[in-house]
Amino acid sequence: MLRLIKDTLISQVVTLWRVFVHAFDKTDTVEYPDVQPQMAARWRGRIILSRDPDGEERCVACNLCAVACPVDCIALQKAEDDEGRWYPEFFRINFSRCIMCGFCEEACPTNAIQLTPDFEMAEYVRQDMVWEKEDLLINGTGKYHDYNFYRVAGKKIGGKDKGEARNEAPPVDVRSLLP
Amino acid sequence: MVWEVGSPLSIGAILFTVIIVAAMLIWVERRLLGLWQERLGPNRVGPFGLLQVVADMIKIFAKEDWVPPFADKFSFVLAPPIIMFVILMSFTVIPFAPGVGVIDSDVGVLFVLAMASLGAYSVMLGGLASNNKYALLGSLRAAAQMVSYEVFMGISLLGVVALTGSFNLRDIVIAQTDGWFIIPQFIGFLIFMIAGIAESHRLPFDIPEAEQEIVAGYHTEYSGMKFGMFFVGEYLGVLLISSLLVVLFFGGWLGPAFLPPIVWFVLKTSFFIAFFILLRAAIPRPRYDQLMTYGWLFLLPLSLLNLMITGAFVLWQEGGM
Repeated sequence: MLRLIKDTLISQVVTLWRVFVHAFDKTDTVEYPDVQPQMAARWRGRIILSRDPDGEERCVACNLCAVACPVDCIALQKAEDDEGRWYPEFFRINFSRCIMCGFCEEACPTNAIQLTPDFEMAEYVRQDMVWEKEDLLINGTGKYHDYNFYRVAGKKIGGKDKGEARNEAPPVDVRSLLP
Repeated sequence: MVWEVGSPLSIGAILFTVIIVAAMLIWVERRLLGLWQERLGPNRVGPFGLLQVVADMIKIFAKEDWVPPFADKFSFVLAPPIIMFVILMSFTVIPFAPGVGVIDSDVGVLFVLAMASLGAYSVMLGGLASNNKYALLGSLRAAAQMVSYEVFMGISLLGVVALTGSFNLRDIVIAQTDGWFIIPQFIGFLIFMIAGIAESHRLPFDIPEAEQEIVAGYHTEYSGMKFGMFFVGEYLGVLLISSLLVVLFFGGWLGPAFLPPIVWFVLKTSFFIAFFILLRAAIPRPRYDQLMTYGWLFLLPLSLLNLMITGAFVLWQEGGM
């Protein structure tokens, strides 16, 4: 009997009181169009293509992002300049398909493709949701400020031969027995 | 006197006020729920979102008035007005203040109970006529719930009636001049409040329309203004139960003289409306069998006990024992 009274009355009254006290708490709601919400830095929003510290495109057109993309919204074509650097001839993201999963960012070996906290991407025309490389490229380095793929990678490009990358030993002549 | 009890003008004014207040309760409820859930609630249409109700009304009036082809047309159309009608009829006997009311009935308490029973027809017909299994489940639950909670809703009131010696709600208020009935009839108050929530199927006893279990219960197939009538009917029910609680247990319009009687009535009623909304914000819905067990095995014996003790007390006071 006491148990029943405790369950049916006292615990209910306690619940009522605890909910009532919430009336004096601050509301969690952000009145969005009037007040801009503070987005977390790691929020997965609009996708950008970053540049390395020297101002060159980071993307090497390896296609890993396009492969990782679960909705196939990334399309790109590889090209190579006279220095031997790879770059995308075109790089196209269809944002009406994109689900902002961030798999492309995880797949990217050069930190080129990155997701940003911006989410205001509504358009009136569907075709405007397709962004080309010029729309995606930014002038900065994004989240990684000193990373430059060609400086740490062993690939030979103009002005940097094999063995000249950071932390890279000069190539060994495998046909010679001399130390 | 144009404003005396029962004059056409006062009937019109009361009808208008009651319906407007019931409609505004939609806004009040959403704002209060927001307050208790650390949200804001509707605040964009008009000042403080007050015109949200108007926006909702425009929407609901402009909706297609659709009757499903598989429904029983006559009962389907008949069901929603019944609940509006019976609850508005119950308001006729409520004494809002001295000289403010529609009729001064000698059987006011019985009339309210009778009208509450008729309200069960609305949900039963609505569910049956819809020819939809969820609606049918909802109306089955509603019928069982309303029929069983009516029993001790009536019994819990008998203590008040015994203390007053009258079924007239106006007499009941006047009898509370020396002390509100909440003190001698505290158990009666609790039982009446619980039964009242169940009667108006508000949360936590909204089992007939439990969204998570049976879509929307008996009004699954309703849309447009027919749904609107069920919706406003629910808020009218909240208003009715709140005013009944005030009249029966909290001295109606009685209160210190620095405020006019009608203001006291409105203040007390608003308190109970806010309390009903707090209940909705806080208490989870019981299971269906829990509701029935709780009613028949706990509330019914308790209300009978309360009635017996009150009866014995009244007899002892009159020197009969």
